[in-house]
Amino acid sequence: MADASLGLWTVPLAVFGGAIRVSTPFLFVSLGECITERSGRINLGLEGTLVMGAMSAYGISYLSGSPWLGVLAAGITGALFGALHAGICSLPRVNDIAVGIALMLLGTGLAFFLGKPLIEPTAARLPAIDFGWWSDVPQLRAALRINVLFLIGVAIAPLLYWAFKTTRWGLLIRTAGESADAARAMGHSVLLIRLRATMVGGFLAGIGGSFLSLFYPGSWNEGLSSGQGITAVALVIFARWDPMLCLWASLAFGGAAALGPALQSVGITSGYHLFNAAPYILTLAIMIITCSPKRTLTGAPAELSITR
Amino acid sequence: MTTEAAESVEAAGVAPAADPGFLQRYGASIEYILIPGAALVGALAVFGGFIALYGKNPLDLYFYMYYGAFGTAFSWQNTLTRAAPLILTALCTALPAQLGMVIIGGEGALLIGALSATSAALALQGAAPIVVQIAMVIAGMIGGGLWIALSGGLRQYRGVNETISSLLLVYIALAVLNHLVEGPMRDPASLNKPSTREIGAANMIGSIPGTDVHWGLVFGLVAAVAAYILIYHTTFGFAARVAGGNIRAAKIVGLSVGKLIMTVCFLAGSCAGLAGMIEVAAVQGRTNANLAAGYGFTGILVAFLARQNPLAIIPVAILLGGISASGGLLQRRLGLPDASVLVLQGIIFVFVLASDALYGRIGFLKGKS
Repeated sequence: MADASLGLWTVPLAVFGGAIRVSTPFLFVSLGECITERSGRINLGLEGTLVMGAMSAYGISYLSGSPWLGVLAAGITGALFGALHAGICSLPRVNDIAVGIALMLLGTGLAFFLGKPLIEPTAARLPAIDFGWWSDVPQLRAALRINVLFLIGVAIAPLLYWAFKTTRWGLLIRTAGESADAARAMGHSVLLIRLRATMVGGFLAGIGGSFLSLFYPGSWNEGLSSGQGITAVALVIFARWDPMLCLWASLAFGGAAALGPALQSVGITSGYHLFNAAPYILTLAIMIITCSPKRTLTGAPAELSITR
Repeated sequence: MTTEAAESVEAAGVAPAADPGFLQRYGASIEYILIPGAALVGALAVFGGFIALYGKNPLDLYFYMYYGAFGTAFSWQNTLTRAAPLILTALCTALPAQLGMVIIGGEGALLIGALSATSAALALQGAAPIVVQIAMVIAGMIGGGLWIALSGGLRQYRGVNETISSLLLVYIALAVLNHLVEGPMRDPASLNKPSTREIGAANMIGSIPGTDVHWGLVFGLVAAVAAYILIYHTTFGFAARVAGGNIRAAKIVGLSVGKLIMTVCFLAGSCAGLAGMIEVAAVQGRTNANLAAGYGFTGILVAFLARQNPLAIIPVAILLGGISASGGLLQRRLGLPDASVLVLQGIIFVFVLASDALYGRIGFLKGKS
């Protein structure tokens, strides 16, 4: 077996493969949240959106036989949840963080309710592109079986960076996030901008969920997402609302999350649960290092309630 | 939360005005009952519609919900047993809310409290039951208290958002629990469900005489009343509310905001930790993954529905305890998935938050003269 010849190299290899596989949901949720937060609102409900996306993608893929229809359905579900969040937040005196918590609970509850009949059947999965065809090492080939969604996510990050910087709607979103008064003075509806930004954010988060159920781990059950959504929201904060930094941070997170299973595969099982908590501990550690009580974070949209 | 404080100040300003009509005097208080009540009714109606789409009769749903929650002596006991941890986890959100903080990590503090209480009981095997029980209460409260104080400290001294950090700590607490329960603290006899050793039947806190409701309910009631007195009738509570209303004003008058945050967060966490201790000492008898039953998350909803008022938490916790108690009956009689309770809780939460927009806008309650 190649296992013996690779020895301890299995671990970094599995972490590398895991970084690519596990990071995709982090990437989509954080890019989505990046758009929402840049418009001046925080949507903590993306955890619920992620689970709803995973469930609806699996259901539609099972019913239609096409996983890509499932991905689309997940995106639309996410956008609807985003619209709900933005709709409630447009009411006067409603706190966006609290609405996020509510949608987190509603999304998970609704997904478990509607997804009950989906635990048994097997739905069509998303295909992967085999980038490792040149290698004989099975672990390397497994690590290089890369899903198209990951590549799309990687492409969205620079696109978003460019869009925020140079396009008209990028400027509008940033204006709404930096100063609602300025956006209003320019004759734009802040609520409408934020509604759109939250819907696009939800769309991306839903797609992130579809990756969970249709590629990796690739099934629907109630333990599918355990905090990836909320970790991704935290990730946006220390990525300084920069889409490119979101990409690198997501990769780092995917690697951290793959550490537990990778160590288990070489027989180190004692701290399995603790290694599984690695992404959360990492998030907390990075937040502790990068935040400061004395100044607001550089790059933080001024209208964002979480930084005030 | 700041708007809320501003509102109550406004309401206080309105009350002593000339010719205080009934509505003028009590309009604001009536609002606090009427609006959440209307939100609850609206949520139940939407949930009924949802169930109708699912092909079940909503009237059956309402009947079984009532029957499963408050219909019989048995269901009342079931409801109250569930209300006990909910009161305590709701306090974990409501106490920091006085300072304008949104803590949603009650579930984590509950798990750590349960672990600490179990450890204390296992370390004191052979001591008199009352000693073990007191040690469990203290250990559970300290464990949970430190867990939330960590979030408070990170917010105060590192500027880390407390909502996100407390939620991350839930997942970390769950990992710590799973690690200890499957590793160092595992009872070798627990094969299918990894658990710690049992704390021993003699050390269980038992039921209130004449009922099947355990003493945890009394713990919860005492904690809620104590929290109410602390917030509304002590200098400390007043200082906390001042800091919650306007942090700059609090600093100008010389309040030590850091100390306030740490103390309030510790107290909040110790309430949730106590809930964990109760679940161990009155229900499970040991620590295992069953403890992560979602009481911490439902507690957030209880706190928001009660508008972060410790006394209002008691009836709201009983109501939501009832809803979750009726879940089993809905599963058996109507064939609904067990997640239907979660869906209803989510809908209620959304309605309650949306109803925040209504305060001060209901014409006939303004008592215009």
